[in-house]
Amino acid sequence: MATPSKPQFRWHIAVFLAPAVLVYTAVMIYPLFNTLRLSLFSEVDQDRVWVGLQNFRTLFGDAVWSDQFWNALANNAWFFMIHMIVQNPIGVALAAILSSPHLRFSAFYRSAIFIPTILSFVIVGFAWKLILSPIWGIAPGMLDSIGLKFLYQPWLGKEEYALTTLSLVSVWQYVGIPMMLIYAALLSIPDEILEAGECDGITGMAAFFKIKLPLILPSIGIISILTFVANFNAFDLIYAAQGALAGPNFSTDILGTFMYRTFFGFQLQLGDPHMGSAIASAMFGVILVGVCIYLFGIQRRLRNYQF
Amino acid sequence: MNMTRRTSGTTIAAHAVLIGYTLIALFPVFVILINSFKTRKAIFREPLALPDADSFSMIGYETVMKQGDFFLYFQNSMIVTIVSLTLILLFGAMAAYALAEYRFKGNTLMGLYLALGIMIPIRIGTVAILEMMVSSGLVNTLTALILVYTAQGLPLAVFILSTFMKGVSDDLKNAGRIDGLSEYKIFFRLVLPLVRPAMATVAVFNMIPIWNDLWFPLILAPAEEVKTLTLGSQVFIGQFVTDWNAVLSALSMAILPVMILYVIFSRQLIRGITSGAVK
Repeated sequence: MATPSKPQFRWHIAVFLAPAVLVYTAVMIYPLFNTLRLSLFSEVDQDRVWVGLQNFRTLFGDAVWSDQFWNALANNAWFFMIHMIVQNPIGVALAAILSSPHLRFSAFYRSAIFIPTILSFVIVGFAWKLILSPIWGIAPGMLDSIGLKFLYQPWLGKEEYALTTLSLVSVWQYVGIPMMLIYAALLSIPDEILEAGECDGITGMAAFFKIKLPLILPSIGIISILTFVANFNAFDLIYAAQGALAGPNFSTDILGTFMYRTFFGFQLQLGDPHMGSAIASAMFGVILVGVCIYLFGIQRRLRNYQF
Repeated sequence: MNMTRRTSGTTIAAHAVLIGYTLIALFPVFVILINSFKTRKAIFREPLALPDADSFSMIGYETVMKQGDFFLYFQNSMIVTIVSLTLILLFGAMAAYALAEYRFKGNTLMGLYLALGIMIPIRIGTVAILEMMVSSGLVNTLTALILVYTAQGLPLAVFILSTFMKGVSDDLKNAGRIDGLSEYKIFFRLVLPLVRPAMATVAVFNMIPIWNDLWFPLILAPAEEVKTLTLGSQVFIGQFVTDWNAVLSALSMAILPVMILYVIFSRQLIRGITSGAVK
C-alpha cells in the first residue's frame, strides 16, 4: 500500500469537531477564564481599571468581606460534611438491601426512592419549608402523635439548626444517586467471588464488609467527588428556601449565595461584577483543590478490579 | 426448615427498611398534592387527611391560572430543554465520533480539553457569561439559555458517546467506505443508529438538570415572556407566600410535568445509571 508523501488535510474531522468545540469554548471555557481575569479589575468612575490582586486583598483582608467569605466557606464545608456522613451510608445501605437476590418489587422501590432527585430545588425547598413550618403544623403534629412534641423547633428559622436542616433536605433529595451508582457497582461483582467467600464461611454482614465494600470503594470515591463539586457550587436550594440573604442572619449562606448577592447586589448594596468574579475565582480554587486531591491523592490509592 | 425461616426474616426486614424509606421519599410530594385540592380551612385543620366532598376545592388552581402564565412558562421550558438536548446530542455525537474514529494529531489533547468541563461547573463563569450575553443582545432570550445548557452538557455527552462509538464494528464502517459512502454518510447513516441507546442515556441525564435549573434563568432570562417553569413557579410562590392554596397548587403544577417525564423515561434513566455509563 502506497502512503501519500503529503497527508491530505482531512476536512471531515474538523467539521465533526467544530460545532462542539466552538460552543464549548465560547460559552464555557472562555467565560471561565474571562471571569478569572475580571477578578483583577475594578470599576472606577464607570471605567474598568486594572487593580491587580486588590479584590482578593479586600475579600480576604477587609473584615466586612472576609467574615462573610469564611462564614460562607465554613457553612459550605459543613453542608458537604453532612452529605458525606449521612447521604453515603444511607445510599450504600439502601443499595446493599436492593441488590440482595430474589428481592421482590425492587424495581418499584428503586424508582420511588429516586423520585425526589428529579424534582427541582424550588419544589423541594418550598415543600419542606411548608412541612417544617410552625404555622402549618405538619411536623409538630406528627411529632405530637408519637409523644415527641418537645423535640419540635422551627428548624429553618433558628440560626443553629437552619443549615443542618437544609443539608438534610438536600441529602433527602439526592440520596437516589449514590444508591443507584452503588447498586450498579454491587451488581457487577461476579457471583464466583461471593461463592468463594461462602466456601470460606464468609456470609451475610461479613460478606458485605469484607468482600463487597472494598470492591465498591472506587464508586464511593466517584460519588464523593461528584458531591463535593455539586455542593461547592450549590445555590438553588438555599435561594428557594431562605432567599438571597440566606437567613436567619446569614447562617445558611454558602459560596453560591454569597457570590449571587455580591454580583447582583441586594437591598442597599450595589452589585459588583468584579468582586463577584473574585468570589467565583475563589470557588474555582476550592473546587480545583478538591478535584486534585481526589485525582492524585485518593483515586490512585483505590484499586480498580477488572472482572 | 430453619434456613428458610431465617431467610424470610431477613426478607421481611429488607422490605420494612425499603418501605420505610420509600415513605420518607414520597411523603412531602404526597402532602403537597393532596393539600392542593383542599379548602384553606381544611389545609390547616387536617393537613394529612385526603380531600373529601366537604374539603375539596380548586380555588388554588384558579388563582394560579388567573395570575401566573404557567402555560407560557411550560412552553419556554419545553423549548429550552428540547433544543438544548438536540444540540447536545448532535454536536456531542459528531465530536465523539471524530475522537473515537480518527487518529490525528492532538486527538488525546482534544479529548482531555473537552473532558475538563465534566469536573468544572459552568456557573463559575457566570459573570463573564452574563457580560457576553449583554453585549451580544442575547439577554432575556431563550437562545442564551440554550447556548449555556448546550455548552454545559457537551463534555459528559462526548465522554459517554465516544466510549460507545469505539465499540461500533470497524468492518461495518469499512464496508460503507468500499461502497463509496462519504465519511458524513457513514456517521449519520451507519453509526448514529447504532449508538441510539447511548444517546437516550445522555438525553435523560441532561434533561432533568436543564429542566430544573434556577440559576441561569434567574440571571440570563428573568423577563416575564421568557421565564422557565422553574423560575416562574419560584417567582409566583414568592409573591403568593401567604396564599397557601395558590402556593400548594403552583407546587403541584410544577411537580406534574417532571413526574410525567419520569414515568416515561425512568426505565431508560435507571438503565443508563446502572449500566455504568458514568463510571
